[in-house]
This record gives sequence, structure tokens and C-alpha cells, in this order.
Amino acid sequence: MANEIAIGAAAPGCKKVDPILVADHVIRQFGGLTAVNVEHVEIPRGKITALIGPNGAGKTTFFNLLTGFDKPNSGTWIFDGKNLAGVPSFKVARRGMIRTFQLTKALSLLTVIDNMRLGAQRQLGEGFWASFARPLWKAQETQITTKADELLKRFKLDAKREDYAGSLSGGQRKLLEMARALMGDPKLVMLDEPMAGVNPALTQSLLEHIKDLKSNGTTVLFVEHDMHMVRHISDWVIVMAEGKIVAEGPPAQVMSDQAVIDAYLGAHADTDLGTVEIKAIKAGK
Amino acid sequence: MDLIGILSLAGNELISPMTVGYILCGIGLAVHFGYTGLLNFGQAAFAALGGYGFAIATLDFGWNIWGSILFGLLCSMGFAAILGIPTLRLRADYLAIVTIAAAQALRFYVGSSTAEPITGGSAGVSQFGEEFYGLNPLPEDFTWNLGTVAFTSDEIWMRIVAWVVVGIAVVFILALTRSPWGRVLKGIREDEDAVRALGKNVFSYKLQALVIGGSIASLGGMVFVMSSQTNQPSNWGTNFTFITWTILLLGGAATMLGPIVGGMVFFGMMTLIESVLGVLVDAGLMPFLAIEQVAQIRFLLVGLILMILVIFRPQGFFGNKKEIQFNG
Repeated sequence: MANEIAIGAAAPGCKKVDPILVADHVIRQFGGLTAVNVEHVEIPRGKITALIGPNGAGKTTFFNLLTGFDKPNSGTWIFDGKNLAGVPSFKVARRGMIRTFQLTKALSLLTVIDNMRLGAQRQLGEGFWASFARPLWKAQETQITTKADELLKRFKLDAKREDYAGSLSGGQRKLLEMARALMGDPKLVMLDEPMAGVNPALTQSLLEHIKDLKSNGTTVLFVEHDMHMVRHISDWVIVMAEGKIVAEGPPAQVMSDQAVIDAYLGAHADTDLGTVEIKAIKAGK
Repeated sequence: MDLIGILSLAGNELISPMTVGYILCGIGLAVHFGYTGLLNFGQAAFAALGGYGFAIATLDFGWNIWGSILFGLLCSMGFAAILGIPTLRLRADYLAIVTIAAAQALRFYVGSSTAEPITGGSAGVSQFGEEFYGLNPLPEDFTWNLGTVAFTSDEIWMRIVAWVVVGIAVVFILALTRSPWGRVLKGIREDEDAVRALGKNVFSYKLQALVIGGSIASLGGMVFVMSSQTNQPSNWGTNFTFITWTILLLGGAATMLGPIVGGMVFFGMMTLIESVLGVLVDAGLMPFLAIEQVAQIRFLLVGLILMILVIFRPQGFFGNKKEIQFNG
């Protein structure tokens, strides 16, 4: 597996066979705190990459930096052969790198279908003057709506089509946000904790959606704390801690790395909490 | 004063050019706040620029009516750009602070002696509507009575034009907001970062919304000053802005019918309360109230009614009840 994705041994910052995103020397400091300090990282194209690490490791900050929602103190990154450093967030999305948020941002007072329509790129009717000329964008609007309806069906939200997004449950909002991101046909979709707050039945179908994305040629980069999910669907795992990339590799290899287990996953990562003696945890054994 | 007289006065307020002026400003504010979520507390300045721009272009530049309207619109568009470019990238509250301050600054400036040669200082400018009333196609002796209130030919002309402008503004805004362009605005109102993440240039949309809402407010300002042909700095105080906000919230923020009916109800109610209280004081039924206090007390009563309305119908007359249920 490692040979398919990486050139040489899997190590932090290792070269990839076909990277879609290459970041160099990305540093972000908040006052005296260095939140992100990534020397070099490459994201493999067409694969599912998981970004894991303890709370405060800088995963979300790194996401924000890459997508233009935050500015680094220094650093460059290249997406699909083009420099993306200093590019405003909306242009990042237009170039095919679309993200979702850890705290879901459903547009509450828009209907579910309008949320979806908004996700489509290059809409003629979004120009000020063009908006008056309905015939100009009518056909495109129908096309967008058809595509939106298909996605809603896939994400089992079609029954909610006309409801306000604000009336959806937390898990449904996660689904909506992911479906909305897909409306823009991203080359790289960046999911910030897609499973947080989603019930197990839905998790299964979400996992399938993410795998579908990969089979359609979309690259996926996601932040997640659910180790079962990471193990189950990712092709490559990057571990961050204190702003740095500390380990990289195929999931099985990373998760058997004793240092990663002890420091970041916890000594009981593989044990169901129900079977661990509470006393043993308290005693730190 | 009899009942017919009271109702006639209130009826007159429903359609008066002053009411229309406020309604147009309310429609502009609906674009800013209702659709885009921009907190503009300087709507008075946009209206003032429309009024002053028109008057100055007519009197000082000698331009015709169309040129003067265009100049008024350009003034408020320029103002929107000056306010918007530095503040629209910041959090929403900064725009509120900047607009309220800029509106006050503008009002003090046009009223100052420095600006007097152009703006007429605190006395303002007047008699700039000759061409407008010259365009009146109605015969001189064409009059109309609304109960006890009589309208001259020119007054009817003014009211017709004012309401036609409202109609055009409503059609214009509805066409805009029912398009994908309007969908982006509503998205920005809900969460601008989410819209940014979908590849929309949020700053550009916010600036467009500020300019469009400001332009409609400047049309409102022109209508407002045209009926009396006087334009003074005292017209454009912060109370102008707050009455506009009241009208908008009364009717419903993200609707077009909202500011129209909100404006009519607000001014109708003000006149009604004033007349009724006047009658009661005259009849000696309100010994604790002097006739001079009536004008003040009506603001108090209107405030009370507004509070009741906001508590029991927070979405306004025409707002969608569903939209209010999950705010946050």
C-alpha cells in the first residue's frame, strides 16, 4: 500500500507518487503559541487521507490556512500545480478545493434545496445584471436543481427538500453540508469532522458516500476522531501533534506505531471502554 | 374635530410623499438587513445625499431633472463605496458603528458654515422642484378631496409619481432577490463563511447590496424633499434612520410588502393618536396633559404599540413565522 501512494518509506513529510496538494513551511502563530508548523506535507491524489491528532493539534487551523480562511505567518502550498498561498477563500473553492466546517454551517433560513443550489459553481444568474434576464439562467437553474435533487436522494434528504435547513437535526445538517460541498464538483473535498454527532446508522451511509467520492476520482482529506472510521475508509493517515506532522503512513501501520498509540490515541484505543475496568483506568494502567 | 376629519388626516398620511420617502428608505434597508444581514444605521445619510444631490445639481449645476436624479444616485453610491470598502470585510457590527457615525458627520457637515455656499448651511436649500412640477400633465383645476383634506393638482402629481417610484423599486428588488443573485445574498445573511466556502465573492455581494439599498434610499430622500421643496440638515437626524428601522421591522424585514404597509401603519397611527389625543385634551378629558405635550406623548404610545407587536408578532406583519422559530 505504501508503495502505491508514497515514494520510499512512509515518514513524516514523505514524497507522494501523485500529490494533489503540496504544502511547505506553513507556520501560523497566535501570539506566543505556534498552532501550526508544518515543514512539508503532500496529499495523495484520488485517495482518502485522514488527518488525526489530539485536540489542539492544529488540524482545523491547518484546514483554515489551506482554504484561505486564515492567513499563515509564512508558508506556501500548491494545489493541482498552482500556488494557493494568499488566495482568498472563495477563489480556493472555485479552483476545486471545497471544505466543510467542524461546527456545521447550514444556512438555516434557506430551504434545503436552496442550500444545495447555492453550492453550484459558475452560475450565470449570480451576476447582478444577469439576474434580471431570467431566460439567460433558467436552463442552468433547472440543471442545477436536477443535480441537487439527485444528491439529496443519495444523502436521504429528499423528504426534507422544501424544509428550512434550520429545522434539520445535527446529523442531517452534516449530511446537507457535505452534499452542498459536492454541488461544486470539487477535486479535493476537505471534511472537518464529518462524523461528529451523526448516529451510527447514518455513519455507515456517510462512509459509503465518502468511498463513492473516491471512486468518482475526488480526493478526500478529512479530520476525524473516530478511529474506527479512519481505519475503515482511509488510504493514508497523517498524524498531527502540537502543530507538527509527527507520523504518516497507511492506517494499519500508523495505528500500530506504539508512539502514536501512546501519545495520541490513548493506551486503550483498541479496547471498548465498556470492557476496561474503571479502576484500571483510574490507576493509569 | 370630528371623526371624518380625524380619519381624513390619517388617510392623508397613508399616501403622503413623506411616508413614501420613509417607505423607499425601508425598502433599501430591507435589501441591506432583510436580505443581506447588513446592519446599516445610516440610512438617513443615503436619503440626505439623494435630496442634496438632486437639489444641488438642479440649483448650482443647472442640470435637468434626469441629470439631477442621476447625480443624487451617484452621490449615495459613492457614499456606499466609501463606507463599504473598508468595513464590509470586518464583522457586521463595524458597519453599524461606521454608518451611524458617518451619517451624523455628514449631517453636521452639510449644516456647517463651511459648506454653506453649496448646501445652504442649517437653513438648507429650497425651490428646486420647478421642473418637476412643470412636468405635471394634470390640469390646474384638477383637484381631489379625501374627506376634509383637499389636494391640488400638483399635490396629486407628487403622490402619483411617489407611488410609481415605489412600484418600480419593488419590481426591481423582487426581480433581483428571486434570482440566484438574491439566493447568494440570503446565504450571506445566514452565514458568510459558509457562502465563501462555496466559492462566492462575499465582499462583492455585500458591496452591491449596500449600493443598491443606498440608491433606493436616495430616491426616497428625493421624494421626501420634493413635496415641500425644502431640504434641511434637520430632516436627516438619527430619528430618520430609526423610524426607517421601525417601519421595516413592523412590516417584516425580508419582504417587499413589509416596509410599505409598515410605513403606512406607522404614520397613520402617529396621526391618529395625535388627533384623538388632541380632541380628548380639548374636551378636558385629559387634565394631566397639555396640548403641547400631545406630539411628544404620541411617540411614547407608538413605542408601546411597537413593543407589544414585537413581543407577539416578532416577524412583523408579513414575515414568515417559520423563519423566526429557529433563530440561532
